[in-house]
Amino acid sequence: MNTNNAPPPVGSNQPPKMTARGVNVFYGAKQAIKNVSLDVRADEVTAFIGPSGCGKSTFLRCFNRMNDTVDSARVEGEIKLDETDIYAASMDVVQLRARVGMVFQKPNPFPKSIYENIAYGPRIHGLAANKTDMDGIVEGSLRRAGLWEEVKDRLGESGTAMSGGQQQRLCIARAIAVDPEVILMDEPCSALDPIATARIEELIDDLRGKYAIIIVTHNMQQAARVSQKTAFFHLGTMVEYGDTSTIFTNPSEGRTKDYITGRYG
Amino acid sequence: MATLASSTAMPVEREPTDWSSTRMQRRIARRYAAERNFRFLGLAALGLAASFLVFLLFTIVRDGWTGFLNTEVRVAVTYEPAILGLDAGRIAATADPAARRAAFRQADFAGLMLAASEQLGDFDSVVSEGAWLALRDRLEADPALLGQTEQVWVPVRSTIDLLNKGKFDLEAPEISRGVSDRDIRAWQALEAQGKLRTGFNGIFLSTADSTVPELAGIWGAALGSLLTLLVTIAVSFPVGVGAAIWLEEFAPRNRWTDIIEVSINNLAAVPSIIFGLLGLAVFLNVFGMPRSAPLVGGLTLALMTLPVIVISTRVAIKSVPPSIRDAALGIGASPIQVVFQHVVPLALPGILTGTIIGIARALGETAPLLLIGMRAFVVDTPQGFTQPATVLPVQVFLWSDDVARGFIEKTSAAIMVLMMILIAMNSVAIYLRNKFERRW
Ligand SMILES: Nc1ncnc2c1ncn2[C@@H]1O[C@H](COP(=O)(O)OP(=O)(O)OP(=O)(O)O)[C@@H](O)[C@H]1O
Ligand SMILES: [Mg+2]
Repeated sequence: MNTNNAPPPVGSNQPPKMTARGVNVFYGAKQAIKNVSLDVRADEVTAFIGPSGCGKSTFLRCFNRMNDTVDSARVEGEIKLDETDIYAASMDVVQLRARVGMVFQKPNPFPKSIYENIAYGPRIHGLAANKTDMDGIVEGSLRRAGLWEEVKDRLGESGTAMSGGQQQRLCIARAIAVDPEVILMDEPCSALDPIATARIEELIDDLRGKYAIIIVTHNMQQAARVSQKTAFFHLGTMVEYGDTSTIFTNPSEGRTKDYITGRYG
Repeated sequence: MATLASSTAMPVEREPTDWSSTRMQRRIARRYAAERNFRFLGLAALGLAASFLVFLLFTIVRDGWTGFLNTEVRVAVTYEPAILGLDAGRIAATADPAARRAAFRQADFAGLMLAASEQLGDFDSVVSEGAWLALRDRLEADPALLGQTEQVWVPVRSTIDLLNKGKFDLEAPEISRGVSDRDIRAWQALEAQGKLRTGFNGIFLSTADSTVPELAGIWGAALGSLLTLLVTIAVSFPVGVGAAIWLEEFAPRNRWTDIIEVSINNLAAVPSIIFGLLGLAVFLNVFGMPRSAPLVGGLTLALMTLPVIVISTRVAIKSVPPSIRDAALGIGASPIQVVFQHVVPLALPGILTGTIIGIARALGETAPLLLIGMRAFVVDTPQGFTQPATVLPVQVFLWSDDVARGFIEKTSAAIMVLMMILIAMNSVAIYLRNKFERRW
């Protein structure tokens, strides 16, 4: 702990935002994640890569306990957010998900107005004292997500009546609106065209530093572009984890190298 | 490489497909023929179903539309205080309408009617035996008429009514035509004198059942149906939707919920008369509720409707895309918030459609209501949930069972009313579904 009042220095000596230790996930009898340990730093983007079905989504969903909604899923091990175990009995899942937001693979705006999509989270968590506050949150979130200029004149229109890329940015704005500390993104660009993808990547770059971000992606260039740390998964195990630059230029494992160079996948 | 490489063996070389060979041509022709045949079969089935429907509607409307008309005869009535047994002076002095009405209830209007119909000469049996009610209504509305004479249109007996509507084959011999020569002569004479008129049958739409066809009405049964359905909706909608939400969203998956699920699915297929027996045993015998009452009928029909509502609500809830649930959970909505702020609003069109279809089925249900005594002959329109009442389909059943010929058209007319209400309810269901339907 710091003894002086200065903010902790940015860099690797700052304690990690989230830590996973010895995590196992089972779907019924089948083990989908085998003994994975990993740190997520607050000022970095962490990318999960690996072939389809290797357990990236499963592992990602452990960080905000979305696996709780799957009846057959069982999580073992320890995951901490700021030193508190999120799987402890005393953990309030509703609050956890406000602190650890999520963006899904397929854009899933509520079939409500654009304004309502953003305002819903702050409202249920009581983050806005009045209408002016709420307007501010909605505008701020849409601005952060780079959507404000496009939608400011039609906030009353349905969120589902936008293009796929806009919908995904709306979902990111919706996640930002509850002011989370961590944002989990599960292949946020897989349903988008290259231009929309580029916008989201820019957005992730802008958000870095303010939120700890974990992103699952199948796109190697994307992982290389947006992330500082990369974890490579294969068949439920984490094969390699390290600085993105090292993983992409000089991986220590043969499997990682094969995957990155496209000889597999 | 070996650890990762998936099996990507080259497929075996094949001959290029020859799409123009005769074998291929024949295959394609067969496929088109199958498609044509299927389309023809489908159209034939549709045509058959449509013609049944048209035939049914046609016969009902043909027999029933005259039920909305009735024949009246004009008689000159002198409101003779002596015949009525009323004191003209006392009536004039009574200011209180209630007291006046009480006096009129005692008075002999039937005798007055009899005296008045004597002027029709030989044809004194033309006027309906309940026609004096019309005279009482006249006098109650305007007591100043006491002692005066006026021309009044009163309903005729059912046989004359049917003659006037041309329902008898007059060429047939008297023995087989169902109407006597005397009645025919009476009708012809009155018709020639211009004393008959046909008009809209207000009696049919405003009164309850009667032993004589010309005085029987549908209003009592319609009101009974309304009261019964109100009870059914009030019980089955909240209970059914609540049960479905719990089963779908909150119930643990175990043997007990499996048993409950199977039971509900089976209940939906149980014949409705069984629910009538259940209602009889539980509501009448155990709880001692009144017989023939809309309350009991409504509860019995609610039992029958519940499984339908539970099943359709569960289907509607299941059809809400899971991505919406994930979205709400992902920003920290609690399970209750997810269900009531996202899932249920999106499932509402389906829930409402299922409910209205279930209620419409309850509206047309007869068998269980017969068992709890709603087949009683009820001459008064029901005033509350615990008073004896009948419902539309039971009224149809009772009239169709009656020997009096005049009830044939009443039966069809009642069916028309019932079907009109059903069509209205289904239209509401369609409207609600379209109104609340959302796309994502
Ligand atoms: N709800 C579930 N029930 C049972 N097994 C599941 C469930 N979800 C995932 N699995 C299994 O767990 C394993 C990991 O799945 P996961 O979705 O995490 O893979 P992934 O790495 O995200 O793949 P992709 O890149 O295709 O999204 C797979 O073998 C999958 O079959
Ligand atoms: Mg995945």
